[in-house]
Amino acid sequence: MGLMDKDGFLTTKLDTLLNWSRKNSLWPMPMGISCCAIEMMSFAGPRFDVSRFGSEVFRFSPRQSDLMIVAGTVTYKMAKVVRKIYDQMPEPKWVMSMGACASSGGMYRSYSVVQGIDLFIPVDIYVAGCPPRPENVLNALIELQKKIARNEK
Amino acid sequence: MKNIKQKLIEKLKENYGTSIESVVEFQGTLTITVGKEKLKDICTFLRGDFDLYFDMCKDIVGVDYQRPDFRFEVVYNLYSIKNNFRFLLKIKLQETDLHIPSVVDIWPGVNWPEREVYDFFGIIFDGHPDLRRIYMPEDFEYFPLRKEFPLMGIPGSIPLPRK
Ligand code: SF4
Repeated sequence: MGLMDKDGFLTTKLDTLLNWSRKNSLWPMPMGISCCAIEMMSFAGPRFDVSRFGSEVFRFSPRQSDLMIVAGTVTYKMAKVVRKIYDQMPEPKWVMSMGACASSGGMYRSYSVVQGIDLFIPVDIYVAGCPPRPENVLNALIELQKKIARNEK
Repeated sequence: MKNIKQKLIEKLKENYGTSIESVVEFQGTLTITVGKEKLKDICTFLRGDFDLYFDMCKDIVGVDYQRPDFRFEVVYNLYSIKNNFRFLLKIKLQETDLHIPSVVDIWPGVNWPEREVYDFFGIIFDGHPDLRRIYMPEDFEYFPLRKEFPLMGIPGSIPLPRK
């Protein structure tokens, strides 16, 4: 983007403009499945205040959101639901895998828990921790914004 | 006045002496093992007797022991609010005969615990109104808490959605 002061207009690429607007208003779909969801709530709450980064509008309808935060343990039974909700989100969409459980199965190394949600949906960013601190989730959001600005998918 | 524990043991021995297999007390918990033929009668008696009055079945648990003489155990955690007393009622099951009478009509609250034991161990509760799986997907074919079931499950037994 380049700002030309004296002529009073702005030149940019359409892609860059679109990505800039997308990255600053990511509407999360809170896929809060277990304990990580509590941390996700405080990430949205006044103390950590995700609205500083434009993502305060948590939508419980997948059709109105573009970032799915998978916060919690995904069992095989739940995997179908997560996938269905992911499919209902309009493009462009991103997925944040929050916590050890969603990223790798975490401490649940067992027959009922999917060992990482990347086995059935594409993940853009992984957040480490059990549960991750809200700062860590904020950091992931900022990294994701950078990724969107770079036009990576 | 006799305490409730002695009363319980005495009454059970008096009425169902032949079907009581053992009475054990360990660390303050009384455990009574009975034969499964008389389970329904014993439960009706415990629920209805005015002195004992075990009006609550808190939980039903299955255990897989894989012993030569018996394979499974079903444990009923019975509690009497009136007497503030709890004890465990156990049934031993052979692998060849996994049927056990359901006690849903005595304590309606055990509907789901019985489904849970069925889901994980494959123990069939005869007379249960709705014996379906409760946690695992309905088309799942195995009983995951049995000892022979591998920890990581059987690959492909629960399909994942396509990527
Ligand atoms: S990563 Fe930890 S906090 Fe998060 S859902 Fe799993 S067990 Fe719970």
